[in-house]
Amino acid sequence: MDAAVLIQRFPSARVLPSQDMPTVEIPAADLLAAVRFLRDEQSFDLLADLCGVEWKDRSTRFGVVIHLLSTTQREYVRLHVPALGDCVPSVSSLHPGANWHEREAFDMFGITFTGHPDPRRILMWDSYPYHPLRKDFPLAGIEVPLPAADVAEVTGQTVEPAPMMGGPFVSLGGHFSEGEPSALDQSWNEEKPKA
Amino acid sequence: MVKSDFGYNSKIEGEVIVTRADAVVNWVRSNSVWPMPMGLACCAIELMAAGGSRFDISRFGMEVMRFSPRQADCMIVAGTVTYKMAEVVRRIYDQMAEPKWVVAMGACASTGGMYRSYATLQGVDNIVPVDIYISGCPPRPEALLDGMMLLQEKIRNEGGSLRRTFRGRTVETKIVS
Repeated sequence: MDAAVLIQRFPSARVLPSQDMPTVEIPAADLLAAVRFLRDEQSFDLLADLCGVEWKDRSTRFGVVIHLLSTTQREYVRLHVPALGDCVPSVSSLHPGANWHEREAFDMFGITFTGHPDPRRILMWDSYPYHPLRKDFPLAGIEVPLPAADVAEVTGQTVEPAPMMGGPFVSLGGHFSEGEPSALDQSWNEEKPKA
Repeated sequence: MVKSDFGYNSKIEGEVIVTRADAVVNWVRSNSVWPMPMGLACCAIELMAAGGSRFDISRFGMEVMRFSPRQADCMIVAGTVTYKMAEVVRRIYDQMAEPKWVVAMGACASTGGMYRSYATLQGVDNIVPVDIYISGCPPRPEALLDGMMLLQEKIRNEGGSLRRTFRGRTVETKIVS
């Protein structure tokens, strides 16, 4: 399939440069219709991946990237969907396999999937207040209470920032990468004890 | 050395062994450790290997792996303990009957290992008292056997007290159901 087919059907879409597969940016409003069109008329019958993204260089902060596979034509297509006010329509009504992918994207980025049948967190516990894969979240974590109050009371333990020095993804001094992962949290480490 | 050195004649007094009650109890406990595999990550694979015929943990009297905490007295924490799982680990520990011991198997259970992140508990000793730490990522089955034999030695030398210390203070086991 050529990306032009999709542009012709959905004029609001635009083609993005890509090295491997047709890549199209679809507005959130057209997402469901586009996925249905690709599934029913273009034989893209398998949802290979769905993930959340935080973009630094685009007008919308969050988005969703969907990879669709045609098992008969043996080709992929990639859809970029900028979130509208952190909301993206859920495609789990068309591809049931998207269910847990969307829950993970919600858990890690805080993207709300409208129409999702089961919009809960999937990895972190339900009462966790943050979305850990956002760029402003430190890899070490932020102190919050343990999910179980009785266990926290017996053990005196909280969810505390992990010591970073000497750990993976941490270089000692020097220039720190602007990109992933945002690990520089030195609130306590081997040289500076926890307050 | 002959029997008369003890001032004891077995032909008259019968075959008797004199010992302390603590020593007998500890000897019995140390040779019938019932481990509970708390398999959370790849260390559990090595734990399974230790239970298999090649390494054969039953040579040391601890082959009775129980998946119910109520039938076990040694929790082997094998793997990465996340904060979400920490609650479960503590509850299972609370459900084990006294006397009980905990083995932290591998780097993750001991210290958090390579997982210095928002999701991982930095050592299971933050939520349960640990008796033996085993290094390795993951430890080989021989290392686990060595750790379990160290645990046996520790049990044999316990003073008969069931009070345990955790973070420097004596803790009373509180059942969370």
